[in-house]
Amino acid sequence: MTLTGLSIAEARAGLDARDFSAVELVQAHVDAAAALNPRLNAFITLTPELALAQAAGADAALGDGSAGPLAGIPLGIKDLFCTKGVRTTAGSRILDDFVPPYESTVTANLLRDGAVFLGKTNLDEFAMGSSNMTSAFGPVENPWKRAGDPGAVLVPGGSSGGSAAAVAARIAMGATGTDTGGSIRQPAALCGLAGIKPTYGRCSRWGVVAFASSLDHPGAFARTVQDSAMLLQSMAGFDPRDSTSVDRPVPDYAAACRRGVRGLRIGVPREYRADGMPEEVDRLWRQGLDWLRAAGATIVDVSLPHTRYGLATYYIVAPAEASSNLARYDGVRFGHREPGHDLTELYEHTRAAGFGEEVKRRILIGTYVLSAGYYDAYYLRAQKVRTLILHDFDQVFAEVDALLTPTTPNAAFAQGEKMDDPVAMYLNDVFTVPANMAGVPAMSVPAGLDGQGLPLGLQVIGRSWDEETVFAVAQVIEDAAGFSVLPALRAGVVR
Amino acid sequence: MSLDPATVRRIAKLARIGVAEGDVARLQGELNGILGWIEQLSEVNVDGVEPLTGGAQIALRLRADAVTDGHIADAVLSNAPDRVGDFYTVPKVVE
Repeated sequence: MTLTGLSIAEARAGLDARDFSAVELVQAHVDAAAALNPRLNAFITLTPELALAQAAGADAALGDGSAGPLAGIPLGIKDLFCTKGVRTTAGSRILDDFVPPYESTVTANLLRDGAVFLGKTNLDEFAMGSSNMTSAFGPVENPWKRAGDPGAVLVPGGSSGGSAAAVAARIAMGATGTDTGGSIRQPAALCGLAGIKPTYGRCSRWGVVAFASSLDHPGAFARTVQDSAMLLQSMAGFDPRDSTSVDRPVPDYAAACRRGVRGLRIGVPREYRADGMPEEVDRLWRQGLDWLRAAGATIVDVSLPHTRYGLATYYIVAPAEASSNLARYDGVRFGHREPGHDLTELYEHTRAAGFGEEVKRRILIGTYVLSAGYYDAYYLRAQKVRTLILHDFDQVFAEVDALLTPTTPNAAFAQGEKMDDPVAMYLNDVFTVPANMAGVPAMSVPAGLDGQGLPLGLQVIGRSWDEETVFAVAQVIEDAAGFSVLPALRAGVVR
Repeated sequence: MSLDPATVRRIAKLARIGVAEGDVARLQGELNGILGWIEQLSEVNVDGVEPLTGGAQIALRLRADAVTDGHIADAVLSNAPDRVGDFYTVPKVVE
């Protein structure tokens, strides 16, 4: 097994046993990035010198017994997390040359535990998208290929598309992501990875470029459920600098992965059986339920009646919050500036040149639904529907311990597909958005392949603060699925 | 509800995004497509339902009203597109 093929848990054991050094481990990933990134475009900024310096530090810590739980593990960091002294773009021209003078809490936690950062991964501009096609730094290629169609360039999903592609291609062992409507779980599903969005308030948003503050959740990508648990363990925790961070102890997530599902009640929400769902997605869902039943869980039919309104609610609440959050990009204090004859013209020119089309659309929608005369009809009504969606979850979680659904209605699609109509792209997140609305933890776990050989994911949704059950259920699915197919493009296999 | 060109220009003005006259019709079509789709929420009965404002189902925490940071002007200004001393610059506002 080459170093880039190891899981985080395996790599950590190898480092402890001195089978290889952190510098060797990181060098293998730096080399993979150099070979693959020109094609995949998974990273906007690579920092190999910094990574190798961090690796040397990890080797020293491993030598003197002070190594943290992620010492020497090479990660990709979504370019939405501010990293001190390393350019942070949010995938936008308006932050083209922004170098944060501070470190986000989540990345500081990872550094505290010894992690090594390979660089900053590509994303949809300001995390607004489901394909990585809206990035100002170009699209990302999904390392997976349709069987018999190596010419088609597929999207990795989004918004955390670069993170997902980097981990799938074995450039990084894990990566951070953020999930506002599915931006971790959807790319995880499309790239054959485990991706966890924890409970709202579990991971600090401090230092994460804000999109929709009440919906933004930092989380993690990895190639195994246990690896994603190790990353979340490090990232999570109370932060007084985020007013919505919650002061609760972080459980032992790796231990939770080994709990099993015997005696658990797993709900199957009937509203997720969408019209026109491909038969292979439905079949995989039933297969997942069979796996859980065989492992001792009880399967229960449940109803989340307001599911169908989740996306429309999202496309009022998220743009409203975005229009407010993105008001700060005015060309005065940081970021790109376009000259103007007066202050208003400077603002208008700067924002016209600095933002891409999808970001502008969402700011305009958000401005409209918050404007005088329309606030009650759109924004206030959406907030009330959000309450009904939360009540749906509260009611089913009185009956069941977790829910199992497909993560997405389809496997990865090609670059350029779903681009003509914004609403067609939004529909990719139909199964993932409700968990953001309610703030409950949810993860995607790879469960099988579609007829074209592309990965499909199943989504596990849990009660607030109960990531442990989510990990336990996901681990049973991972073990049963035995997902071992590799993407066409990966470290050592460039074409 | 459907946006007319004047409303598109008005919300662009409110959002401080310059929109070229030639882009108004395209934006009008795109925005009306999205608004038409989210119109489906009008069929939900929300009588007596309280709005949910935040993701965390908890009261926001308060902290002491005390200075916790400061004296880092150079860090704060390090990304300024233009500065004079410890000040940001903007086009002349007062004649």
